[in-house]
Amino acid sequence: MDRFTWSNGLLEMNETLVIQQRGVKLYDGEDKAKLDVGIALLSTHQLIWRDLKNHECCIAIPLSQIIYFEEQAAGIGKRTPPLSLGYFFRRLTEELSQKRWESTPMSQPIPTATNSQTGRTRAVGIVGIERKIEERRKETEKNISEAFEDLSKLMVKAKEMVELSRSIANKIKDKQGDITEDETIRFKSYLLSMGIANPVTRETHGSGTHYHLQLAKQLGDILLAPLEERGGMMALTEVYCLVNRARGMELLSPEDLVNACKMFESLKQPLRLRIFDSGVMVVQLQSHSEEEMISSALDNVTDKGSLTAEEFAKLLGLSVLLSKERLLLAEKMGHLCRDDSVEGLRFYPNLFNSQA
Amino acid sequence: MSFEWPWQYNFPPFFTLQPNVDTRQKQLAAWCSLALSYCRHHKLYTLGIMEVQECPVFNHKNIDRKLSTEAILIVFEELRKKGNLEWLDKNKTQCLVMWRRPEEWGKLIYQWVSRSAMVNSCNTFPPEFHGLEEWMLIRSLQALQTDGKAEVITMDDGKGVKFF
Repeated sequence: MDRFTWSNGLLEMNETLVIQQRGVKLYDGEDKAKLDVGIALLSTHQLIWRDLKNHECCIAIPLSQIIYFEEQAAGIGKRTPPLSLGYFFRRLTEELSQKRWESTPMSQPIPTATNSQTGRTRAVGIVGIERKIEERRKETEKNISEAFEDLSKLMVKAKEMVELSRSIANKIKDKQGDITEDETIRFKSYLLSMGIANPVTRETHGSGTHYHLQLAKQLGDILLAPLEERGGMMALTEVYCLVNRARGMELLSPEDLVNACKMFESLKQPLRLRIFDSGVMVVQLQSHSEEEMISSALDNVTDKGSLTAEEFAKLLGLSVLLSKERLLLAEKMGHLCRDDSVEGLRFYPNLFNSQA
Repeated sequence: MSFEWPWQYNFPPFFTLQPNVDTRQKQLAAWCSLALSYCRHHKLYTLGIMEVQECPVFNHKNIDRKLSTEAILIVFEELRKKGNLEWLDKNKTQCLVMWRRPEEWGKLIYQWVSRSAMVNSCNTFPPEFHGLEEWMLIRSLQALQTDGKAEVITMDDGKGVKFF
């Protein structure tokens, strides 16, 4: 019994509970110890006994210190069926042979069986825990820096690219006479789709309204050509992708983009942010003619008899989202009517209006 | 004489309730007139909601389109507002279809009565009154009564009408 130490009965981090057995009485040699009925817990590291009546009373012995044990069927816990106790002993034998406590050390080193050690044991425990926390932190840091190694390499390359384009742009400026204007324009457009020389960033222009104003101005310049190409209208998601791909480094957040687009009108830019009934947001050219769009939609539908949003998209080379918005708008204006069935949603010319 | 379907009947959007308000108005007007003319042609006076859904009017199998129950009820509500339909029960399962309103019937009856009064002979009901169900007749007479052109008299062996 002198090998047992007082314990709080709590398991350590790497320790696992194997089996527990109720109704176990402890005997010290031939004499009954001053301990009554309790519960025996076998873990990977120690054998714990806790008094059922007084939970504070808890002792434990590290498995490493168990030299020998034997099963005595008679006299041990007459209340408990011998079968279950036999199982308990089988598990104890297993644990002792596996010696799992050796591979997963507890922070608290196995105390020697003298009572005066208890004070020092606790202090060692805390230091051990602190050490463990420090180890874990170092591990995490290492993992994170490893994960971002590739990204930082990419950032370095991107910086080089922006530097390169800037230097070429300057060279063009200097050598204005040697290169034809046409080539200069073409090269500038390549630059534009590849990377802007001086992206407007939060550092240069701060955050808030001023930032959004500057951003709106820049967007106004960037988006003119792409908008013309796409028939005067682009979904905000398309704008987001285009702009961020061009910026390369200091990417825009969706909120910043939306806030900047909202300022187009006040800045007298030739662009507008427009929100459809369905909630879809687009950027469209000021010069974009609604009537023209709708009448052309009507022509297309009349031509084909009827169209779905997908068919219309294919016809115009637009995204399905935008083409559906166009059809819905034409329906709202009364030029089209809908046929909604299991076959899908189709749009027809509004014969209710045109035919008597 | 076979029933002549209007051009809308072969137009798929006709069977979808239109979201555009103006378009919907025109659509419902067309539905009302189709429903009424169909009932007139087939001399239908009562309709049950269950059979109606399978009726060729609302279920055009050739183009594989049918009007939803929701839309049918909306059409019926339009008819009710115009005075051409009356629900027989609270659950809206059975209704009376008056493809000719009581007032219109009343007028016809009055005209016929006036005509036959001129000629002193036994007259048979003209074809337009064939199939006129009693309840419809009574309503028409009541309409005339409201108009002051007739009076329904209860006699020992039934009802009689006096025309003014």
